[in-house]
This record gives sequence, structure tokens and C-alpha cells, in this order.
Amino acid sequence: MADTSTFSPSRRFVIAAIGIGAAGFAVGCDSRTATAAATGPTTLTSLGDYVRVGADNTITVYIRHIEFGQGVSTGLTTIVAEEIDADWSQMRFEHSPADNAKYGNPAFGGMMGTGGSTAIFSSWEQLRAAGASAREMLRQAAAKKFGVDASEVLLVKGKATAGDKSATYGELAADAGAITPPDPKTLTYKDASAYEFIGKERDPATGYGRLDSADKVHAKAQYALDYNPEGTLVALLQRSPKAGGKVASFDDTATKAIKGVTDVVQISNGVAVIASDFWAAKKGRDALKITWDDSAAETRSSDAIFADYRAQLAKAGHEARKEGQGAAALRGAGEVVTADFDFPFLAHAPMEPLNCVVEYKPGESATIHSGSQMPTGDQMAAAAVLGLQPAQVNIVTMLAGGSFGRRATPDADLVSEAAQIAKAVNGKAPVRLMWTREDDIRSGKYRPMAVHRMTARLNGGKLEAWGDRTAIQSIMEGTPFLPPGTVDTSSIEGGFDIAYAIPNIAVDVHLVKQPTSVLWWRSVGHTHTAYAKEHFFDVVAKKLGKDPVAYRRELLASHPRLLGVLNLAAEKAGWDTPLPAGKFRGVAVHHSFSSYVAEVAEVSVAADGTFHVDRVVCAVDCGIVINPDIVRSQMEGGIGYGLSSILGEAVTLKDGAPVQSNFFDYNVLRMNQMPKVEVYIVPSTEPPSGVGEPGVPPIGPAVANALLAATGKTYAKLPLGTKA
Amino acid sequence: MKLTINGKDHEYAGEEDRPLLWYLREDLKMTGTKFGCGVAACGACTVLVDGQPTRACITPAATLEGKAITTIEGLDTPAGQAVQKAWTELDVVQCGWCQSGQMLAATALLTATPKPSEQQITDGMNSNICRCATYHRIRGAVARASEIMG
Repeated sequence: MADTSTFSPSRRFVIAAIGIGAAGFAVGCDSRTATAAATGPTTLTSLGDYVRVGADNTITVYIRHIEFGQGVSTGLTTIVAEEIDADWSQMRFEHSPADNAKYGNPAFGGMMGTGGSTAIFSSWEQLRAAGASAREMLRQAAAKKFGVDASEVLLVKGKATAGDKSATYGELAADAGAITPPDPKTLTYKDASAYEFIGKERDPATGYGRLDSADKVHAKAQYALDYNPEGTLVALLQRSPKAGGKVASFDDTATKAIKGVTDVVQISNGVAVIASDFWAAKKGRDALKITWDDSAAETRSSDAIFADYRAQLAKAGHEARKEGQGAAALRGAGEVVTADFDFPFLAHAPMEPLNCVVEYKPGESATIHSGSQMPTGDQMAAAAVLGLQPAQVNIVTMLAGGSFGRRATPDADLVSEAAQIAKAVNGKAPVRLMWTREDDIRSGKYRPMAVHRMTARLNGGKLEAWGDRTAIQSIMEGTPFLPPGTVDTSSIEGGFDIAYAIPNIAVDVHLVKQPTSVLWWRSVGHTHTAYAKEHFFDVVAKKLGKDPVAYRRELLASHPRLLGVLNLAAEKAGWDTPLPAGKFRGVAVHHSFSSYVAEVAEVSVAADGTFHVDRVVCAVDCGIVINPDIVRSQMEGGIGYGLSSILGEAVTLKDGAPVQSNFFDYNVLRMNQMPKVEVYIVPSTEPPSGVGEPGVPPIGPAVANALLAATGKTYAKLPLGTKA
Repeated sequence: MKLTINGKDHEYAGEEDRPLLWYLREDLKMTGTKFGCGVAACGACTVLVDGQPTRACITPAATLEGKAITTIEGLDTPAGQAVQKAWTELDVVQCGWCQSGQMLAATALLTATPKPSEQQITDGMNSNICRCATYHRIRGAVARASEIMG
């Protein structure tokens, strides 16, 4: 039996040493010409792998993480801007090429990838070093140019000065590129008290703010779906309605009669209709007649799957945590409380549906424009399909219209399908594979369904024992992220590491196998573990007659950072002040992705039982804050995304096929459901940690706890719907 | 037939049922108008037709002859300019995909109702989905745009 110390690392904790040496500063001069939309052609000089300074005085930071809304383009660039002593107006960002050696994510075992809220914490030391190294190269170049000792050169806001001599970084760039980069061990960093950007507020007067705002507001931002070279063909793929189904046969007579349809090809998991434009491809696909072989397909309905999960819960699963007497302590004197928490499949539903463009030259090369969250994985997958070497596949990472985990696919589903289609038409034209919204909702990959069986034994006014047994489909099994033979504990992350001081704890998990395809969904295991843990905690607190905040303080006495956010949120929400009739508060606190978040939800319940979340007060401790406004925006968005899922989202199966298909029945949050949100940040000198995901987990249980306060009921079936 | 987009005439000779969205994006390469659902359920493809918010994903281009079509690329009315300024000032965007549609919807709202109440903002913006849930800032930015308009 495993215990927590031998458990498999979840993906974000696969931390290799964050080696600044490996990040490389040895490139020296690699001048090249690039065309920047705003500034026209300019000569760019590389000062290390991450920093390029243009003759036009721009500083472009290569970001190895994709920008899909979470603000990494600004956050990562800020770290460099600080150490290189730039003026903010100089700063630009560009997605780095696919290259594990230079741009691997140490938190992903050196593979390129964005996820697990790792961008800032995995880049912090690396980009500080990149900025400081480039700064010293500029200093040396200035010293040479001015004929002074390097120690006499002052670097301020993108300019080097010594006495009456001065030069912009742009003027020094070419010379700086010829300087040998300093030994990383000799680099020194700014004291936090001297920061110009890190930790500073957005300021419209100076232009300090998100680097991607203006382009997105003025429709200049380029996403994969906006990449549209002349002659691009559009492919739509008809996949099996049931996970695991295969094409038995198909009739494309009607499809081929549609004007604009150029090709119909069968690939590994469906039939692709290729046409001159989207509308023709859509009409062509609608006209396809496919007979499916469902012999290996999922054919159960959601209710039957839940029943099968529940049947497993009668037995013990893989042990993930044992404190005291473990499960044995769940029986005995006092009162035993238990509830099954049911979680449905969830679709990520990013606003820009999956798509990419493959430009394939048989036997030579392929260029793929994609909102790629794992560029080197995509590169290898495309190379394998197309019979090319990975180096012959150029992945161009575009901005992406959201992801929430959907674009981080270990099996590179999007690019593999697209490459198969490009190969089938022998690269005769650029091919765009597009997912429609129906494809997105109906064809996976989902946040797994799960049942948590929560059990508590109360005795003598105390919580004696805590049990959390889960049945769930593993995300990581079968991927490179999980060593064979290990148990995927990311499935119950946030549950097995429950922080409350309870004498007896038993957490175990059944990892079920089924044909449906599941994937990490913003905050992954925490989406359900935090809900079950924090809501059940309030069920217990109520039984014991304890105040939810006071009881948490009591059982979190040895967890200062959890206590810190709990206390701040409770204080700002006015936890101890009375609310008007019909209004109720609920609290939840949770640790995920190395950050700590507490949320207090204020919920009003109307006479007819309908409820509305009016206000959410959020406190976050994410270590050193690079950009407080982006931290706030991620908490606001995380709260909205989490709330969306617990109020209305579910993909349910009927005889194996998803029932929902688009935004009229896959109910995502709209403005009328969005609460007012206040975010407070705990000052910290700890290393920066994640903010993309940690805002999500506490909102569900905070709302459920407010409803519990209103009605006394346990809210164990999700989504909650509209009535308390 | 002629289509008037952002004040400029374009000759449309495509299929009768082809939605405006794909004519804009694929033929004219005006990619600021986004695809989100294809069934008028999300608002990402919102354009203005004679000032009214309209879903380009289900509106056949061929039905728009003689009408004034405004996209994000041509948002140069006082309300439209105020909206874009407010959106930038407040750093509303996250992924940005839905924001063209949001800004077109906000422009239509503020043109009809220059001083909207909180409820009017919600009602005017409720059919536009943002999966990043930037709703909190969109509310603020609509109010800010109203201030900028004076």
C-alpha cells in the first residue's frame, strides 16, 4: 500500500532543479531580422535564449508558456524588465519556438508545457537570471563604447549613462550581443525595495499593464483561427458519438455533391470532410452517413456509471493517506455521518474552439500554427504521423482563446488528427482542422466524473475520524507524466493532503477504467476534492454546533498560510457581522498549486427557493506577487469559472453519447450570475506560486456552505442548479 | 450584391445561406469577429447591423444588402471608441476571444442607453459569454465608457 511519501508526483510537482545553467546564456550574438507589426522590420540581437533587444530599442522576451488569458505574457516579461532595467514601453513578448533543450518547463520534467499554474514559479529564477545577464552584457557594451569602467555605467529605464555619455539599449544591442555572457554564479539581483515593476499596480497613466490588452481590444491579436494563408482548406472531422466507437463504414455520396467539398478521408478516429471553406465543410459533414462499430465503446448512461462507481466504494481502494487508526476509526462510539458527492463530466469549452493549420511539404517539412500548450509533444506527434524528424516540424505557438487545460493533451489529439488529414491530401494546400462547439462539448476530453464517499465519526463533541473514498477515472494513467506501476494521486490531490488536525484520517481511491477520454480541467483534482472536503467539513461543523471559521482556525492552528488567508477573507467579508434576512455566508479555504486561497460567498435565497451569489470575498497568498492586478484578474476569473461549473455545467451520457451539444444546453456562467468580487492579497516574501488555478477550488464549497447555512441541507449532487 | 462593411462596399457573390461570419473571416480576412458556437448562443460573433447587435454566425451574408454592417475593425463611433478605451484602461481582457463581441454589444448598449444602470448593463450584456469570466471587469468597463462619453 502506498503512503503519501511514496505517491507518484502529480504533474506540477515533477520539479527538476531549476537550472539557470541549463537555461543557457551562451548564444551570444544571433542577430536576425524580424517583422514586428507595430514597429516594422528591425535588427534583433539575442542576449541569451530569452531576451532580444532590437535596434529600435524594443526588448522582446521569449515566453515558453502560451498566453491564453492567464497573463503570462505580461508576468514573465515583467521579471525580465525588472532585472534588465527597462522602460515598460520597450517591452514585447513572443512565444518561444518548440525546443525542450532551451525552453523546457522544469516543472514538467524538462518538457515544454503550460499548466499546473507553474509558469511564474518555474520561471522566476530563470528569467531573473536572463534579465540580469542581459543587463550585464549591455553594461559591458556601454563601458566599451564610453571608454569607462563597467562600474561607472548606470542603467536606468532602458538607457546606459556614464557622466555626460549615454546610449539607449537599442544603440548598444549589437555590441552587447558580442559580449561573452557572465557566469550565472556571478549575477546579482535587485533588492525588492528597488522594484519598478514587480508588485506594482496597473497604471493607465504610464501604460503599465497587460501587454496583450491593446492588441486584443483592437482586433490585432493573432490566434490560430486567425491564421489564414491563401488557399487554406477547412477540415471538419466526424468523430464517434460514443467514446471508443470506430468507423465501420461510411457513405459520402451526398457529401461529395456539395459545392466546395474537395476530399473525404478516413483517419484513425473518424471521417474528415475537407472543403474550400467552413460552411461547405459543415454542410458536407452534416450530409455524411457513417455506421459506427460500438463494440469497444462506452454505452452506459451517466446514472449507470455513477451506480458502478458507487458499487466500487463498498471496498477499500488504493490507500493514499492514513493518520491514526485510519479507516478502522470510522467505526465506533458516537455518531457516524456520511454522504456521497457526485461530480459530472465537465467540458472545458474555451471560447476559441480547438483548431490548427498544417502546412505540409511531403518528405521535407511541416509548419503548424496552433494554440499549443505542449509544443514539443505536438511536434513529436506530428513528426511521427508525417514521417518527418521533429526538427523538420515547426510549431508556431499562437495566442489561444482560452484553454482551461483542454489544449494540454499528452496524446496531442488536435495536431495528430490534423497531421493525418494533411497527409491524406498529400499537403496539396494548407489544411485547417476545426472543432465546432458541438465537437468540443461532445467529443471529450472531460473533467472526470467522480464519486467521493465522505464519512466522519463524531464523538464527545469532537471530529474523531475523517474518511474520503473516491471512485474516478485517472487522467495521468497511460501518459508520460505517470511512471508505469505508480498510482495516479493527482486524481485526489487536495483530498489526501487534507490539512485539518483530525486524529484519524483515511483517504483512498479507486481508479476506474472506461473508454471516455478525460483531461485536466482548471485546478484538476481540486475541482472535486476541495468541494467534498470543504462542504463536508461544514456539515460536520454544523453537527458539532461549531462556527465554520472558528472551527477551521482550531484545526488549522499549525498551518499559518492557510490561516492567513482564512483570517483575511473572514475579516474583509465581515464574517462576524449579521446579514439581512434572506442572506447567508459560506466559507472555504484550500491549498493548491503551492498557493493558498480562502473565499467567503454571500448568497441570497428568495422565497421561491432560488438563490443568487451576490458577493465573493477572496484572500490569496501566492508568495511574491509579480503583478497584483493579474493576480486579482485570475482570482476573479477563477471564481467565475468555478462558479459556472457548480451552478450549471454537466456533460451527461445517454447510452454512451453526450446529451449536451452547445451553449444552449451546456450551461456556462453569464453576467447575471456573476457576483461582485473583492480580492485581497496576503503580503509575502515566499517564492511566487500559481494563480491560474487556485482561485477555482474554494468557490463551489463556499457557495454550498452558504446554502447549508440557509437550509441545513447537504449539497452533494452537482451541478446545484438554481434552487437552494 | 453589395455589402457595406465599416462604410466600405464589397461585392458578395457567395452561397445564399453562407453566414456573414465566414465571409468576413475567410474571404475578407477580417478576423476580429470571432467564432464561438455557430448557433447564436454565445455572442462572440456579434456585429452591428444598422446599429443593432447581430449574430454573424447565423445571419446569411446575402440578407444584408443595403444595410450598414459594423465590425470591431470599424468601431469608430464615440461610444465604440469610449468602449475600447475603457476596456484597455481596466485591462478587461484575459484570453480575449469573446471581447470583440462584448465590445460590440457594449457599444450598442451605450448608444441606446448612454447612462445605463447596473441592471441595464447586465441585461444588455447577458447574452455574451466569457469563459474567462471577465464579467466583473466588463461591468466596470461599460460604466467607465459611459463616463468617458460624458
